[in-house]
Amino acid sequence: MEALFALVTAENALLIAKNLALILCITLPLLGAVAYLTLAERKVIGWMQLRVGPNRVGPYGLLQPIADAVKLIFKETIIPADASKVVFMIAPAMVMVPALIAWAVIPFGEGMVLADINLGVLYLLATSSLGVYGVLMSGWASNSKYPFLGAVRSAAQMVSYEVSMGLTLLSIILMSGSMNLSDIVMAQKGMWYMIPAFPMFVVFIISILAETNRAPFDLPEGEAELVAGFHAEYGSMPFALFFLGEYANMILMSAMTAVLFMGGWLPPVDMAPFTWVPGIVWFAAKIAFVLFIFLWVRATLPRYRYDQLMRLGWKVFLPFTLIWLVLTASAMHLLGKV
Amino acid sequence: MTDTPNTVAREVTIGEDFTLNFGPQHPAAHGVLRLVLEMEGEVIKRADPHIGLLHRGTEKLLETRSYVQGLPYFDRLDYVSMMCQEHVWCLAVEKLLNIEVPQRAQYIRVLFSELTRVLNHLLWLGCHGLDLGAMSMFLYCFKDRETIFDFYEAVSGARMHANYFRPGGVSRDLPEGLEARIAAFAAEMPKNIDMLEELLTNNRIWKQRTVGIGVVSPEEAYDWGMTGPMLRGSGIAWDLRKAQPYEVYDKMDFDIPVGKNGDSYDRYHVRVEEMRQSLRIINQCLEQMPKGPVKVQNFKISPPKRSEMKGSMEALIHHFKYFTEGFHVPEGEVYVAVEAPKGEMGVYLVSKGGPRPYRAKIRAPGFAHLQSLDHMTRGHMLADVVTIISTQDIVFGEVDR
Repeated sequence: MEALFALVTAENALLIAKNLALILCITLPLLGAVAYLTLAERKVIGWMQLRVGPNRVGPYGLLQPIADAVKLIFKETIIPADASKVVFMIAPAMVMVPALIAWAVIPFGEGMVLADINLGVLYLLATSSLGVYGVLMSGWASNSKYPFLGAVRSAAQMVSYEVSMGLTLLSIILMSGSMNLSDIVMAQKGMWYMIPAFPMFVVFIISILAETNRAPFDLPEGEAELVAGFHAEYGSMPFALFFLGEYANMILMSAMTAVLFMGGWLPPVDMAPFTWVPGIVWFAAKIAFVLFIFLWVRATLPRYRYDQLMRLGWKVFLPFTLIWLVLTASAMHLLGKV
Repeated sequence: MTDTPNTVAREVTIGEDFTLNFGPQHPAAHGVLRLVLEMEGEVIKRADPHIGLLHRGTEKLLETRSYVQGLPYFDRLDYVSMMCQEHVWCLAVEKLLNIEVPQRAQYIRVLFSELTRVLNHLLWLGCHGLDLGAMSMFLYCFKDRETIFDFYEAVSGARMHANYFRPGGVSRDLPEGLEARIAAFAAEMPKNIDMLEELLTNNRIWKQRTVGIGVVSPEEAYDWGMTGPMLRGSGIAWDLRKAQPYEVYDKMDFDIPVGKNGDSYDRYHVRVEEMRQSLRIINQCLEQMPKGPVKVQNFKISPPKRSEMKGSMEALIHHFKYFTEGFHVPEGEVYVAVEAPKGEMGVYLVSKGGPRPYRAKIRAPGFAHLQSLDHMTRGHMLADVVTIISTQDIVFGEVDR
């Protein structure tokens, strides 16, 4: 503790304050985006299903997320009698926090990044894998059967899809020759990686659907089977944290897709009218596009079964990404880049 | 396995068999099914359906009411195919009374039975989709269901529990312009069914979830007493509308769709095709429907015109007797069955004379289907239980009665 305080000296106090301000600059808009993503989802899926979606609270239902938040905050937190209380309460935070801290390495524009570390890709992989612990803990701590099944499914699912996701990332790393996310974006100046590595782009999109437990891979909470899955016993704010965590994760994964495959903040064509738009707008637009895919898929597809999902992950994606990795490596070698 | 499979608080350990209480409050339980599942991991070893949570004593209630007063209870048996249930009650009473229903009434009843079949299968398709995660299906199907509810409302004033058929005909004639509206619907609907099918029929995930799930061989289908799409899905072309035509079904030209493998995917196809065939029947009904009365002109059995009551003493007496005591039915026993959307819906009716039935036993298709649940789910996974419950098209109103 004393060592920590010793760090706060006159010269780096300013630096710490600046970083704290930057963190707030990222987190607060992010939380706002999460809130409005829930509204966007209900609206977009509503339109896809010939409904209007929420339109009662505020103009066009724009205040709906606030009403939802107020409702959840004022509800009583119920902890089941048999639950392991400490773990039960930590679990929602374990889902939410990794989804937030991962943003530290995401570049929003040229030089607009909180921590421009060289192992950005690894950091992302590490933090995004942490979320599964929250799900596992919640399922275990609830001491109830449906959450337990949900947690088991979730652990199996996230682990399986992390593997193919890691391998797709490896081929990106091979192509760009860097693990720094800003460098990866800059390497896409000529061509976005989604064009030469289109199959990997598809695998990655499917993997992030599975990674975030979204339809058609929403088995851990599969409503028709497990009622609400791992968070069946949660209510009020702890539930809200799971909910926010899921949506924050969606945005994070969309940002990852944008950075790794769609040229991050770069405009689609490096020409005059496109370059006038600031990079962060392009970045946001790309995130919005991937998020739209999330919602579109949810409104369209039926749900996979647990064993089919595992089969898809291990027997289809894993060999496929491995072969593609070898092909990428060979191609890079032949082109003389490695 | 413990002796009491229903113990609630048991430690859950990986590798050990455990018991899962599925329902009665579960989004996929289709009402109030309580299913006690003995599982090994996610694999079902035994499924034990518990029924009776929606028991309302319909059969007993029927014994204390006149034949007309008994009719609304049939709406509430299988509450997604209302008029088909009314139909079986009316046919049973008419058979005991030994009366001939006017042609127009017969056409109207067949017309609405087929509309009800579309109504039921649309709900089934929507719920089946929702159970398997394709939630948009639910809303797309409900959009078309609304149109049929409008027809219900037009003839009876009620959107669901219509109480429209009567022993001896129907309660009133079709309102003006309704035939044109139904014709427009029947012309429009095949396109809508195509669109619904487009989302599912060739969808890989849909196929993975339904092909080979809950397979019933033709012999097993006989053994378990299955009827309706469950039987036809296994490849047996048995349809009461063809096998023992009632009303004007013998004048209708339609096909019986049958499946090949007896799995959930085949039953899905059978039901979707049945909707198209129903639309064919609806079109033929509209073309052939004659003019004329819509209830028997024996005013001991059907109420007289209100205008006549003002002038005729006899009509007034008929009216009074009909709505207070009800009509008398001669002594006898009869079993009548119709092809309801879910299968053979039958009534075994015993009369000892007098205005009330002595006993009415209802044969509900869902009850027979539910008993095969254990057989169908064994060895499947938890997610397949949901598929199988919804492929059986269970509705608890008719199972529990």
